[in-house]
Amino acid sequence: MKRLLMIVALMVGVVSSINAMEITGAGASFPAPLYGKWAESYNKLTGVRVNYQSIGSSGGVNQIKAKTVDFGASDTPLADADLEAAGLMQFPTVIGGVVPVINLPGIASGAMVLTGEVLADIYLGKITQWDDAAIKTLNPTLNLPNQKITVVRRADGSGTTAIFTEYLTKISPNWASQIGQGNTVNWPIGTGGKGNEGVSAFVMRLPGAIGYVEYAYAKQSTMAFVQLKNAKGETVSPSIDSFKAATQNIDWSKTFAQSLTNSSAQGAWPITSTTFILMQKQGNPEKSKTIIAFFDWAYKNGSAEALALDYVPMPADVVTAVQKAWAEKIAI
Amino acid sequence: MAAAIFTLAALCGVIIMLGIQAWPSITEFGFSFITNSVWDPPNNVFGAFVPIYGTLITSTIALIIAIPVSFGIALFLTELAPAWLRRPLGTAIELLAAIPSIVYGMWGLLFFSPIFAKYVQTPLMNWTADIPFLNHLFAGAPIGIGLFTAGIILAIMIIPYIASVMRDVFEVVPPLLKESAYGLGCTTWEVIWSVVLPYTKAGAIGGIMLGLGRALGETMAVTFVIGNSNILDGYSLFSMGNSITSVLANEFPEASLTGFHQSALMELGLILFFITCVVLSLSKVMLLRIKKMGGP
Repeated sequence: MKRLLMIVALMVGVVSSINAMEITGAGASFPAPLYGKWAESYNKLTGVRVNYQSIGSSGGVNQIKAKTVDFGASDTPLADADLEAAGLMQFPTVIGGVVPVINLPGIASGAMVLTGEVLADIYLGKITQWDDAAIKTLNPTLNLPNQKITVVRRADGSGTTAIFTEYLTKISPNWASQIGQGNTVNWPIGTGGKGNEGVSAFVMRLPGAIGYVEYAYAKQSTMAFVQLKNAKGETVSPSIDSFKAATQNIDWSKTFAQSLTNSSAQGAWPITSTTFILMQKQGNPEKSKTIIAFFDWAYKNGSAEALALDYVPMPADVVTAVQKAWAEKIAI
Repeated sequence: MAAAIFTLAALCGVIIMLGIQAWPSITEFGFSFITNSVWDPPNNVFGAFVPIYGTLITSTIALIIAIPVSFGIALFLTELAPAWLRRPLGTAIELLAAIPSIVYGMWGLLFFSPIFAKYVQTPLMNWTADIPFLNHLFAGAPIGIGLFTAGIILAIMIIPYIASVMRDVFEVVPPLLKESAYGLGCTTWEVIWSVVLPYTKAGAIGGIMLGLGRALGETMAVTFVIGNSNILDGYSLFSMGNSITSVLANEFPEASLTGFHQSALMELGLILFFITCVVLSLSKVMLLRIKKMGGP
């Protein structure tokens, strides 16, 4: 029996040392489909295995701080003080946008225009009917029915809620004082759907509903999206270009923990954000090298796959800043 | 004996872990945790009244619907059904228990709730609009999801458990007892109500407690159809609410370690554990009293 165990242990040791490099990551569920696709392509190319588990942004941060994974992923960036204290470095990988979607018979996709203040008042329960004066002023040509607004939001904690509430906090003092921002907030009204799929299901089913989902879900479903007025006063539609525009005019050299919501750049979508990867500055040099190589490959060659899955790749100047930061901060 | 000790150790381990993790929240909020209905993670204010209320109400509704239906099923299968129908029908009922609970949730959300909204909620609301007490009981928007829908889905899920236990205990009633009753001229209903049911009281209550335990702990089916709203507007049955298991499933992955969020969620788990223990003890007490009064 003892001999059998020894032989098995030896075999396992030999087999595992033959395997190529393997790195594990965990965190946000928003970029999980993309990281999975990238990992698959990278594995075919180099044989390196990247395992990613989507356990939520908080889980990702906790695991990388505890050093149980090689890299963590989070939709919201850590403050620089936290990063220093934990010996971590963070960098953005892709851009995502949150899109308000509605279900009103007769209103086509992109026909309705709203502002952040009106959106905040709807989610605070102050505006309760679709033909309210505030909505009518923004949409004089639309035939708005006298219907109650059914508000839909997320039941579970999520980075999508964090970005959405961050935007509402910036734009509405009422929202900032009453509710605040976070992965989960004390919603005053609204039905809670589980995940982006739950919110989509409710919005599609309930007439007069409004909800917020990630861009990929809005694009792939039949829900009507809403145009928003950004900080410059322009009316913008959610698209790859308007998300990219939100990354303009930001100085990435000092820190990557930038907020892209309510951007005052030209043509920017107001509810945009990036998702981040966190890694140890003084981690295992082999693993750090592999992680950097993987994401470097993703920046250079993974854009087509990102666009195919409705994620927006980072603009070139940000990629350069990230590569510089890698060279400076990661001990290889 | 090692297996028994292992089980006991696991149980104690769970209680101790829950207690330790929930301790910051217990010391911070004290008893007001149970009476406060504000659940505000960014501002670190946590009150569990709405989830506790939701769990208790949905389980109560589920029991109120499931007990008569299961009793009827067990009665039909043992007394009234022709012999060729008993096995297939019994198997079909038990297959209901095999359906995964998340499938129940999706079915409830996508298929059952629109039908419920259109054919039950809207007529009921229109009918009770003027009756003073009932119109508050059935107020709200007819969306089709809420505490009542969750109660109905839970009832469908626990019927197989209660029905199969009841059927098993009905079948082991000695035929002599039933034949004597029939011989004295009792109708079928009188035999069931006055002879079979008193004889099988202990087993029937055991089955009901099994169903109640399942209903209290059900997560995925409830979280799809309960609306996940932490605001309780009135005591309407059709209002949206939240249940302890639904809150835990939704918020645990993203709960931040700073502040009291995770600790409050652990305290919710501890409260649910406590509720289940109370229910179990009540059933034991009831069974003891039946035994004392001379039951089987």
